[in-house]
Formats: sequence, C-alpha cells, structure tokens
Amino acid sequence: MSLRSPLGRVLGLGSAKGGSAHWYAQRVTAVALVLLGGWFVAALASLDSGSHAAIVAWLGSPLSSVLAVLFVGVAAYHANLGLQVVVEDYVASHGTRVAVLVAIEFALVAGALTGILAVLRIAFGVQA
Amino acid sequence: MAQPERPLSPFLHYRWQYTNTLSILHRITGVLLAGCFFLLVYWLAAAAAGPERYAGALRCLGSPLMQVVLCGGLASFCFHLLNGVRHLFFDLGRGFELATARRSGWAVAIGAIVLALLAWTILKSHLGGVA
Repeated sequence: MSLRSPLGRVLGLGSAKGGSAHWYAQRVTAVALVLLGGWFVAALASLDSGSHAAIVAWLGSPLSSVLAVLFVGVAAYHANLGLQVVVEDYVASHGTRVAVLVAIEFALVAGALTGILAVLRIAFGVQA
Repeated sequence: MAQPERPLSPFLHYRWQYTNTLSILHRITGVLLAGCFFLLVYWLAAAAAGPERYAGALRCLGSPLMQVVLCGGLASFCFHLLNGVRHLFFDLGRGFELATARRSGWAVAIGAIVLALLAWTILKSHLGGVA
C-alpha cells in the first residue's frame, strides 16, 4: 500500500523507497500480533505443555493450526521489519548494512518456514 | 569571528527520562524477541518430530541457562506487547499529554512485570515434572 500522493509520485519527490508502506506494515502486523501472541501464550498457559500428546492435540485442531501458522508467519515478518529499522539506525557502513539485512531476512524466512512446516506436519498427522 | 551557536543533536542534551527509557526498552525487547522466535521454531519442530524429541527439547529448555533466557523472553514479550499497544495509541495521535503518557508508561511497566510473573508461574506449573 502506498500512502504517497499521486502528484508526489509523478514528480518523483521525496524518498524513492517504501518508507510509508514499511511503517504501515509494521503497525498492521503489530495489531495482528497482539491478538495472535495473546492467543498463543494464553492457550499455552491453559495447556499441559509438558505433555506431547496435549500439544499435538492442540496444534492439530483446525483453528489452532491456522492461528499458529499465522502467528509464526506474521511474527517473522514483524521481526524482519523491526530489525531492519534497528540495523539501519546503528550500522553505518553500507556494505555491512546490506549484508546484515540479507542475513536477517534469510534466517527469519528459513525459521518461519521451519515453524510453519512443523505445525502443518502436526495438523496433517505426519509424525516422524 | 565568534563561532555561532549551533543546535546540538538531540542525544547530546536530552535528559534521560522515562519516555526514552520505555522507547529504548521497546527496541531492546524487540530484538530479544526476534531471537526468541527461533526458540519457538525449535519447540514447534521438536513437537512435530515426535514425543522423544519433544521431551529432549523440554530438557534442553529446562536447563538453568535456558530458563533464564525463557524468563527474559517472556518478560520481553509482555513488555513489548503492552508498550506496543501504547505506541499504537500514540500513532493514532492519542495519549500524548504528559500526564497521560506518564500514567500509561507506568501502567505498561507494572503491567508487564505482573503479567510476566503470572504467565511464568502458570507455565512453570505445567512443566513441574518435566523441566
């Protein structure tokens, strides 16, 4: 989503990057994470989390698996947006900054896919 | 010729106070939570890998060092969640009055501690025999 005015876009004024879209996405994912994170911790606290069977039964239910996949995906996206701002603020050298940003993105995408795949394996009953 | 008075960068003359403390804590806890994200992934992957791997993961997470990490992670989560909501209200242009911002700041700080202690006690009670 672009919050830039059509005139500003045509004239090519201001930053050439997606600052407002980044800002907006950070907040939309924040709202989603208030709900998803609250759900996750509350559910975990109400469960016998020491029991593998209880965790699998919980994560295997249709609603929980969808919410867990959303939680992992949205958390990774929100973390990437937030870490990007921190890195851009404190890492001055351009080359290092790009390298760190790419490394963070790789790690978070790999982590998100691993987590989502784990939830799907539980949901579909694919046990190792 | 006398050197003209130049404006200083904010960090050179701003007094340390509750507002920037909460703000920098939001950033620090955010970075910590990004690290904790990988612990969540590890826990999910262990649950998907079967009962034995899950029990092994709980033993690993139950080690004294990991307990400190998890306790810090939970506290970070509670603070980042509550202060994040506070910032969302700021983004809507609300709560900027000094008295309101101070009250919401204290509410966030105390609320985060209470919430973290409560969640930690409950979560630990389930794991009493395991981790």
